[in-house]
Amino acid sequence: MKFNAMTAIAAVLFSVPGLVAADPDDDNLVINGEIEMTTKAEPPAHLDGALPEIMSGWHFRSDETQALQMDDFDNSGMIFVDEGMAQWNTVEGSEEKSCATCHEDPSSMKGVRASYPKWDEDAGEVQTLAMQINDCRENNMGAEPYGYTSGKMANMEALIAVQSRGMPVDVAIDGPARETWEKGKELYYTRTGQLELSCANCHEQNYGNMIRADHLSQGQINGFPTYRLKNAKLNTVHARFKGCVRDTRAETFKPGSDEFVALELYVASRGNGLSVEGPSVRN
Amino acid sequence: MASGVRPRVKAPRSAEAGEVVTIKTLISHKMESGQRKDSDGNVIPRSIIHRFTCEFNGTSVIDVEMQPAISTNPYFEFEAKIPEAGDMVFTWYDDDGDVYTETKSVAMA
Repeated sequence: MKFNAMTAIAAVLFSVPGLVAADPDDDNLVINGEIEMTTKAEPPAHLDGALPEIMSGWHFRSDETQALQMDDFDNSGMIFVDEGMAQWNTVEGSEEKSCATCHEDPSSMKGVRASYPKWDEDAGEVQTLAMQINDCRENNMGAEPYGYTSGKMANMEALIAVQSRGMPVDVAIDGPARETWEKGKELYYTRTGQLELSCANCHEQNYGNMIRADHLSQGQINGFPTYRLKNAKLNTVHARFKGCVRDTRAETFKPGSDEFVALELYVASRGNGLSVEGPSVRN
Repeated sequence: MASGVRPRVKAPRSAEAGEVVTIKTLISHKMESGQRKDSDGNVIPRSIIHRFTCEFNGTSVIDVEMQPAISTNPYFEFEAKIPEAGDMVFTWYDDDGDVYTETKSVAMA
């Protein structure tokens, strides 16, 4: 009896540290049994030792949530890729064009998601994928732009992202993009709100730990747009940024603002080397 | 017709006689419960898919009644024994009277 009680106590003692630390796991992400994803990689040189290893947010989720992303049928984000496909072929605007009129099959977008945001020479600024989509709609199609974080925008981003699945994120941070990148980096390390938290406080210094009931990831954006179980829809990068800044109890920047564009470039660059996962599944 | 409704089914193209196969189905649908109110305080009318069936060569495999608490984009996964080659017909019944169907043929391996 006594021995049994002791082993029971020992078991409790040993199991508790695992619960508290809530470390990311070492599972492998293979989609449909075909596409092998790089979900852990050497940090890019510019991080200068800030992270020992870069890790996809997929590792921080439960086995059940992880499984949803391993099969396209189980991945609810793929519903929105289908919606995006319908939008791709829809003729809109004064020019009587659809996306397909110029770009033909969406497979022509292979590699695009991996390199955005990037410097646009004509516009003289760093452009996100969303800005590029709306630029195309307004100037080439004569159509109304999508709302920056709207469902239709997320659908289109998902359709474009899925073409690059498995390719490493590789955003350029040198040349003319450097200035925007520096601005994004400054924002990343700037504390905001009543809680005085910077992105780095949670996602660099405390990833793997629990913040109350949430398991903090590194805040990588290689999986966006992301299907979240909590709201059963696709979520865009800027909507997530807004949610995060709001959670620090600050007035947030607007989605599509210069600040968030700069932050997106910087955060994307922190994940250079991870596979594009969009649309990923998170809780 | 509710917008953005698209049924999808994952079923094997072939099976051994008597084999038990796993079938996955999902239909994109907003599944408005009828309990919510819009910003003006008016009740948003209920609009759900209330029944889902699967038949194999005319024999019922599964028949599901759904209620307003079912989530958006309802997903069903079930197993079925395939006795012979044939067609599997999946049917979803919408509150607004629409019926969505999808057919998958299963051959004998």
